[in-house]
Amino acid sequence: MMIKAYRYIKARDAVMRGIFLFCAVFAVLALGCICVFLFAEGLPFIGKVGVSNFFGTKWHLDSGAYGILSMIVASLYVTGLSTLIGIAIGLFTAICLYKFCPAKAVNPIRQLITLLAGIPSVIYGLFGMIVIVPFLRDNISSNGVGYGILAASLVLSVMILPTIVSISLDALNSVPRSYYEGALALGATSEQSVFKVMLPAAKSGILAAVVLSIGRAIGETMAVIMVIGGSPAMPGSLFQSVRTMTANIAMGATELSGDAATALVSTGVVLFCFTLLLNTSISLLKGGFKRESKSA
Amino acid sequence: MKARAHRKEIRKYSVLKVVAQTALGLTLVALCAVTLFVLARGIPHVNTQLLFGDYGMYPSIKPALIGTLYLIVISILIAAPIGIGSAVFLTEYTRSNSRLTRTIRIATETLAGIPSIVYGIFGYLVFVVALGFKYSLIGGGITLAIMILPVVVRSTEESLLAVPRILREGSFALGSSKVRTIFSVVLPCASSGIVTSLILAVGRVMSESAVLILTIGMVVNKIPEGFASPGTSLALDVYYFGSHGYPEQAAATGVVLLVLVVSINILATVLGKALGRGELVDG
Repeated sequence: MMIKAYRYIKARDAVMRGIFLFCAVFAVLALGCICVFLFAEGLPFIGKVGVSNFFGTKWHLDSGAYGILSMIVASLYVTGLSTLIGIAIGLFTAICLYKFCPAKAVNPIRQLITLLAGIPSVIYGLFGMIVIVPFLRDNISSNGVGYGILAASLVLSVMILPTIVSISLDALNSVPRSYYEGALALGATSEQSVFKVMLPAAKSGILAAVVLSIGRAIGETMAVIMVIGGSPAMPGSLFQSVRTMTANIAMGATELSGDAATALVSTGVVLFCFTLLLNTSISLLKGGFKRESKSA
Repeated sequence: MKARAHRKEIRKYSVLKVVAQTALGLTLVALCAVTLFVLARGIPHVNTQLLFGDYGMYPSIKPALIGTLYLIVISILIAAPIGIGSAVFLTEYTRSNSRLTRTIRIATETLAGIPSIVYGIFGYLVFVVALGFKYSLIGGGITLAIMILPVVVRSTEESLLAVPRILREGSFALGSSKVRTIFSVVLPCASSGIVTSLILAVGRVMSESAVLILTIGMVVNKIPEGFASPGTSLALDVYYFGSHGYPEQAAATGVVLLVLVVSINILATVLGKALGRGELVDG
């Protein structure tokens, strides 16, 4: 009788272990499925239309031209510019929160920033559409166009600010306080210790913030399509309707079919490769960071 | 001479301090401006027509409210058990440096870094094309579930790791099996963290739109009839109204979305704190 009960418990343990294992492996399976589906559908298409066509500058569906180079370039411009603005402001914000702001205010501000990090990206896009685009059009742009790379970069840089601020602040906070005190003891001012000692010591964490925000900026869709304009043209100016890779996919998604829809999948493959590259560099960075802190 | 150079150096750094304070100001102004401008434009247009009115001819978010509810139910029903199970496996069954664990971790992290539009393409290829569901809420919901999985796994893992070892050992010492320990000791102890992470996941589902544009069809003028019918969500409606000449209604929908998402995030924080306090007393 007893033995039977034990056997039941043992079997139940084994079954549940199997179920938990399946759940854990599900992520691996899902990732595999995503890779297989994307590459199986997207890569043959690139081969079919020709690599030079696909990475060419002309996107004209009626004549069978599926060049996405202008979109890759636009994506890179938007990503680069927004990360530059975001990092510049975000890093200094984190530094200010770290040392140069009343201690009582730090926690409320952090909570506010975390809360604002949860704002849906479509809201940022809407803000860009009703505020930033008209503002640029009326006040800054020389050609009367508000849409384009600058509008998208501004919207995105605000969007990635919370990420940059909280990760950089964590990186600064994880540097031992004794570094700061040591620098003070050597006669440095508070500002000097922060900028010359703490900041370099936190650089790997800050670099992680940079890479992460590049990933968010290059993959962002909704905030971009509402302010980028959408013409598949080679970017030549900050104020010109262009199209990023993500915008290409989202704009075509609802209306295209057949070969044109497959071209969108191939665009997705290119985007996917960019993010895989970024992911790899993040894990390499993390590995380097761990080794560094171990040796310290 | 030297003293002057020194003073100059010090002044240079105090300028940097001012720059940092300006940056903090800029950040706060920018982030608040986003919310305030949308609120200012949208609040005057939040009315009963928009919320529950006729959705065939005029912009109304009634279909989107129902569609969003469907998506939340589907994605949480799928992501919660799988995510919690995965976290249990990672914390209770394996050592942290085994090859299997590392593979699972890398896969989860990679999933977290994939842009949502790529998930959208995946959902499109699998559910719309391969499985022949056409545009459907269920396809969008399952794709969303995969997307929020890394979030659920990571935060559940954190709350499981926070459960003291001694509780598990006590349970084993009383003769409980591993499964019994997990279900009646470990999971209840971690429940506040898990609930918080699920609420945050609901917030993510509500804010997401790029995935849905490719999977659920963006049908803004019909109430979804069931899981298999196409539909729309609040975030999609913001985009749709905005890009189809209804910026006021888009802003008003944005207000509704913003209020819901922010209150969900606040709820998660408050609930996490409240339940956490209860645990502290029990422990």
